[in-house]
Amino acid sequence: MNIFVDMFVTFFKLGLVSFGGGYAMIPLIQKEVESHHWLNMSQFTDMIAVSAMAPGPIATNTATILGYKIAGLSGAAVACLSVTLPSLLLILIIGQLFIKYQNHPLVKAAFYGLRPTIVGVIAYSAIKFAISNGIIGGSNFVDVKSLILLVIGFIILIKTKFHPAYLILASGIIGIMIF
Amino acid sequence: MEMEKKNKKINYKLLLDLFMTFFKISPITFGGGFAMIPIMEEELVHKRKWIGKEEIVDVFAVSQSVPGAIAVNSATFVGYQIGGIPGALASLLGIVIPTFIIIIILGALLASFQHNIHVQAALQGIRPVVVALIGSAAYKMSRVSLVDKVCVTLCVACIMSLLLFKSLNLILVIFLGAALGIMVVKVKEVQNYSLAQKKVRGEKF
Repeated sequence: MNIFVDMFVTFFKLGLVSFGGGYAMIPLIQKEVESHHWLNMSQFTDMIAVSAMAPGPIATNTATILGYKIAGLSGAAVACLSVTLPSLLLILIIGQLFIKYQNHPLVKAAFYGLRPTIVGVIAYSAIKFAISNGIIGGSNFVDVKSLILLVIGFIILIKTKFHPAYLILASGIIGIMIF
Repeated sequence: MEMEKKNKKINYKLLLDLFMTFFKISPITFGGGFAMIPIMEEELVHKRKWIGKEEIVDVFAVSQSVPGAIAVNSATFVGYQIGGIPGALASLLGIVIPTFIIIIILGALLASFQHNIHVQAALQGIRPVVVALIGSAAYKMSRVSLVDKVCVTLCVACIMSLLLFKSLNLILVIFLGAALGIMVVKVKEVQNYSLAQKKVRGEKF
């Protein structure tokens, strides 16, 4: 029972502060996974891969699949519920107000500082994932094959409209061939 | 009496419509929030005519600012605008249930095949791309968020301090960023004000 309460509190808290949508939630979930020792980082990376391939928001997908891994079907339900509940409450309570005040100087000033911080947090999480998956900073300092995949993937993602789901599939096939 | 009955009936139909609309949109939106925006606009503004073009712009703006997944936020908000609290609930369930089922099936598949040697190799190829995916999300956001030197400095400072101080609380960092934004804007205002004052004095004397 305790694990469900713990999961609910954790995901509800993350749902409340994940400004910037799905990818902003990944670093937050990552920290919690670490501090709760729910999974190792490679396992967690695999779950993000599945979440990115599946339809729907990556934040709810990641939370749900993590909940499933931790405590089965009921874990998935609790995680999904607790990560979306803040959205519902916030939209109902401050949605209308926000339309009115989204151009208020104070709100704009807060977002002026908030946005670069979110970018920083997400970039930090990418670096952290690269380290914890042994792509950089491992025993050989860099894993050449993985780093090449990373760089090519990054270029394709920012330069083309190639869909992430296909990119993940393609990299899986390449993985079978080279590893 | 007659009217009230009729109203209630229409409401249930509307709720079902909302639920079904988002239920259908949900499984075809790969890539989450931003991918969903054009599809939602087409369905809600042009096909169903539930909401005006200007109104939906507001909905998307708020959905991106409020914490949480953009897709979930916008579905909930549209539902609320059209059908009040019941509408928000119906839309939320519609958008969440299909992807919930799909991700559980995929999660179960991953759990049962992850020790297979080929799946292991495939995952080893996929992990760097996941890192690239997260990195590219940061990069794409930076294009619209890092509008001046202050923003770039703030972003770099954020990354450095997170890398240096491993126990730093992310939630604290996020709110600190917002507070710094407000402070910087205030300081700039004061600077501009005193500059303008000097100008005025300079002209006088």
